[in-house]
Amino acid sequence: MNIYVYAFRRILYVIPVLLGVCLIIFVLFNLVSPDPTLMMLGKHANLKQMQELRHELGLDRSYFIQYLDIVKSAFTFDFGRSWSTKQEIIEMIKNGAGPSLTVTVPAFLVALIISLIVALFVAFYRGSWFDRIAVLICVALMSIPSLAYILFAQKILAYDLGLFEISGYEQGFPNFIPYVALPCIIWIVLSIGPDVRFYRTVILDEVYMDYVRTARAKGLSETVILFKHVLKNAMIPIITWVVIAIPFLILGALLLESFFGIPGLGGITLNAINSADFPVVRAMTVLSAVAYIVFSVITDVLYTLVDPRVRLK
Amino acid sequence: MEQVETMQAVAIPVEKHKSKSLWQHAFESLMRDRYAVVSMSVIAIYAFIALLTAFGFIAADWAKEVGPSYAAPSWDYIFGTDIFGRSVLAKTLKGAEVAISVGLVTAIIAVIIGVFLGAIAGYFGGKIDECIVWFYTTFSSIPYIMLLVAISFILGKGLIAVYLALGFTSWENLCRIIRAEVMRHKDREYVQAAKALGGGDMRRLFKHIIPNVLHLVIINFSLTFQTAIKSEVILSYLGLGVQGRPSWGTMIDDAKLELARGVWWQLAAATAAMFVVVLAFNILGDALRDALDPKLKGKS
Repeated sequence: MNIYVYAFRRILYVIPVLLGVCLIIFVLFNLVSPDPTLMMLGKHANLKQMQELRHELGLDRSYFIQYLDIVKSAFTFDFGRSWSTKQEIIEMIKNGAGPSLTVTVPAFLVALIISLIVALFVAFYRGSWFDRIAVLICVALMSIPSLAYILFAQKILAYDLGLFEISGYEQGFPNFIPYVALPCIIWIVLSIGPDVRFYRTVILDEVYMDYVRTARAKGLSETVILFKHVLKNAMIPIITWVVIAIPFLILGALLLESFFGIPGLGGITLNAINSADFPVVRAMTVLSAVAYIVFSVITDVLYTLVDPRVRLK
Repeated sequence: MEQVETMQAVAIPVEKHKSKSLWQHAFESLMRDRYAVVSMSVIAIYAFIALLTAFGFIAADWAKEVGPSYAAPSWDYIFGTDIFGRSVLAKTLKGAEVAISVGLVTAIIAVIIGVFLGAIAGYFGGKIDECIVWFYTTFSSIPYIMLLVAISFILGKGLIAVYLALGFTSWENLCRIIRAEVMRHKDREYVQAAKALGGGDMRRLFKHIIPNVLHLVIINFSLTFQTAIKSEVILSYLGLGVQGRPSWGTMIDDAKLELARGVWWQLAAATAAMFVVVLAFNILGDALRDALDPKLKGKS
């Protein structure tokens, strides 16, 4: 199959998935969720007030129109206004994206580099005590809940030892660094466990292939085999793993941002969840789903560029 | 005469070395793996504690005031006390009940949905397959945490809501794996033989194919189990967790206000309790995969 045809078909498949995502969001937030007007007005609401509020929020329109609204918002990013702050949601997203990215992007890049290097080392010494201990450390790191990391790190490193800012944020390039340093470190520690394990598995999957045996038979050194042959082939699952993680960078780090007072998208989402601000939660869900879908298309197309065998299927 | 003898001579050792099934092999290699045995023991101890607390043999009086508010760990209060002067040790033990039940029920729900949809999609193919693939692609396009939050919103608070919210968000991966595996199996000779003997679709699928993909379910079960225990913390933090009884999630969540006052023992106790069981599940999951996945045989 021609790559353009493949890419076109892959993009076409986005439509039913996007409609499906909107359908799930519609069912969850508009159809079966408890009446939001009851939550907003409290226990002593009368029917007339509820009617008025429903009209104001556009909840008295037909279900089909409400569904279309969500589908439209996936393309126009016009999510309406927040129920609690009355702000335009798209403005909130624009303001929040910057601070979120200052935390997630450096953390993501550093974590990627560290994990890849560690995984290559571990794969090079596979089967030795070094390998076993490294895997055990990864598993141990993954077995601690993320909230415990945040709480302990904030208490000990920031509060007791005063090495980092406890909470807060400042706009502008050098100003934000002290505020995002600790969240970044926690993110890196959180992601090293699963990342190293995944990269190690992927590399070890390749190590037992026939071409590696051929390379060894040719007399190539183990280092050349690992870095030139194995890493190149292991790149496909690694690229997938990395690209598919990017949409979650946009969403920000939910818990980290709220604990360290960073005014990013994660913090906005968490506040919206706490105050039952449906439009904001819905907007963040739509936004992240759209980002996920777009990036999975990019991954699939990248795949065919890197590995010509995929196209034949 | 000579021929018969040789045949007998061959037949005897064959009978002695009866070929072992995948399960026997798996069981033996699990028992040889020291880490796996320790992990299984740890999980068994946790399950035992959970059962004992569920029937009220231990930690039944966790709600009782045993000392002053926020007493530090000492000989009198091994893990200290919480804001109401309740024993943190008793709360931690009682929390095992919630954790184990959350893990178990979530994993069962996820397995039922995942295996059923995956098997149907892989076996029947065509339009049914397309629909189910669309369904799980759609589901997995929505970030886990957002879906979890949305479902918890609808179901309200409480243990049942936690079960359902976690169960409904953990099945996609298993569904995808089972679908692919059933596809590989459905045209194999043993399935054709079952068809020739007059077995219907459902019989072929559930009696013949499913037992052959069951090892994947077991590997996935231990993964879902520990993810659910960890996710309960996030639900508790969002105020969507278990109400009116101690859970490790609510204990960790309480710590966000306690830590500034130097009260670290509730967080430490809950984290340690969770760390040990989740680590055990992680190690067991790896051992299970090594033991049960024939594709990995021979690799380190």
